[in-house]
Formats: sequence, structure tokens, C-alpha cells
Amino acid sequence: MVVDRDERTGRVFRALADATRRDIVARTMRAEQSVSGLARLYPMSFAAVQKHVAVLEAAGLVTKQRQGREVMVTGNVATVRRASRVLDQLEAVWRGRVDRIDAILTEDRRGGAKR
Amino acid sequence: MSVTSIVKDREAKTMTVTAEFDAPVERVWEVWADPRKLERWWGPPTYPATVEEHDLTPGGSVTYYMTGPEGDKPRGWWKIVSVDPPHQLEFDDGFADDAGNPNPKVPVMTIRVSLEALANGRTRMTIETTFPSPEAMDELLAMGMEEGMSAAASQIDELLVPEPQVG
Repeated sequence: MVVDRDERTGRVFRALADATRRDIVARTMRAEQSVSGLARLYPMSFAAVQKHVAVLEAAGLVTKQRQGREVMVTGNVATVRRASRVLDQLEAVWRGRVDRIDAILTEDRRGGAKR
Repeated sequence: MSVTSIVKDREAKTMTVTAEFDAPVERVWEVWADPRKLERWWGPPTYPATVEEHDLTPGGSVTYYMTGPEGDKPRGWWKIVSVDPPHQLEFDDGFADDAGNPNPKVPVMTIRVSLEALANGRTRMTIETTFPSPEAMDELLAMGMEEGMSAAASQIDELLVPEPQVG
């Protein structure tokens, strides 16, 4: 019920506000990717992709692991799952509240004043 | 269906929920003005609210706590900005620590409730939630408004389906 509004959540949302970073998360959730492999996918420099990965890592959305000369990136399913829940939460809160108000009013009508 | 629309407006930093009820304005007002009714709908069934203070006058407070399944008791407060029964109510909505003091780490939202009489004794209720800052908006809503994110989220949800549910 209480929307998770701690700083970590803010970081996750800001990290996901960028289309490239969303794509990186989606790809690395499907399969581990190397930073250099990711860099080939986007029209930007290796350094720029590295920076995106660093933002995602700080938000807990991916983890990095060195394998020989490559840095491998893996999407963090749990963080993404939590983020997608928070997105809908406030809306869901109000849908729930409206349904409960409706139930109270319906009960009023049945049990209370005739109209 | 009671909820007729939910509109999130990033520019204006608002989320607007519109709902219609088959009850006159005065009845709908009571669910806000009567603390015993308020506590029946403010919290979800798993976190029922208990309203302590309830003073719907400008500058007045509403304080409440919710009781979670594990006995946890998150506390919240409203500070009434303006009130015009049975049509308008505006208040700041925040969370509090265990002692009941406002928690400054959590953004405070402003909620404006408008009740409008429709034909046949029905009422339209509009709830406009305004966020204090782009950061708060980011935290709570920003991504929900980006189609790209919704698409990514649903793709991700699909990827998640075969996995055992954890939490």
C-alpha cells in the first residue's frame, strides 16, 4: 500500500527513464551481454554505453562481472520486478479505494435511506 | 465500472482519477467526512486504516495508521488546505514516523477532491494528486507515463512469467 519511495526507487526510475538503458536491461535480462557487445548495438561510443551500464548498476538493475578481457552485464530480475510493481502501485491504490467507496455507498443505499 | 479515467500529466506533475458513483454528492462526501467511513476505504483490506485525528477544517489534521499483516503500523497524515462541504476538499498527504512526526524523506503530495452532481442522483468524484517536485514525480510516476517503459515492463513481465514467483 505505501508506495516504496526510498532513494533506491528514485534511482531505479531515473535509470529507466532512458530508452537505451531500458533496452540494455531488457537484453541483459534475457541473456548475459558483454559491454563491448552492447556497445556495438547502439550508435554511441563505448564510453557512453559504459556510462549507461554504470547508471544501471548503481540502481541495482544490472550487475557487472569481469570475465577475462570482457565485462559481462546481467539484468537483475528482482529490481525490475519491483520497479514495474511501483509503477502501477499508485494507480492501483486509487482503483482499490474507489471500489471500496463504491461498496460503502452501495451498502448505504441498501441498508439506509430509500430513494 | 466506477473509475472512468486515470490521467497522468507529467508537465503538470499530476495524476487525476475520475470516478462516478450511483449516490448523491452528500453521500459521497460522507466517505471523506466521516472518519469511520474513511477508515473503511483508505487502506486496502490487508492494511486497514485507523483514523485518530479527523478535523476537516482549514489547517486541521487527519492522522491515521494502517495495520499490516505482520503487525506493522505505517502512519500517515493529512493537513487540510481548504474545504467546502460537500463539494471540495484539498489536503497535503504525507507519511509519518512511528511517533507520528511527518517523515521528511517521503515526498508530500497534495490531493484535491471535487464532487460534482450528475443527473439521476449520481456523483462524479475527481481526485487530483499533485507531486511537489520533478524528483518526487520521477520516483512515483515518471516511468508509468512513458510508453516505452510500459512496453519494456510488459516484455519483462513476460520474461518473468515462467519463473517461480518470489515475493
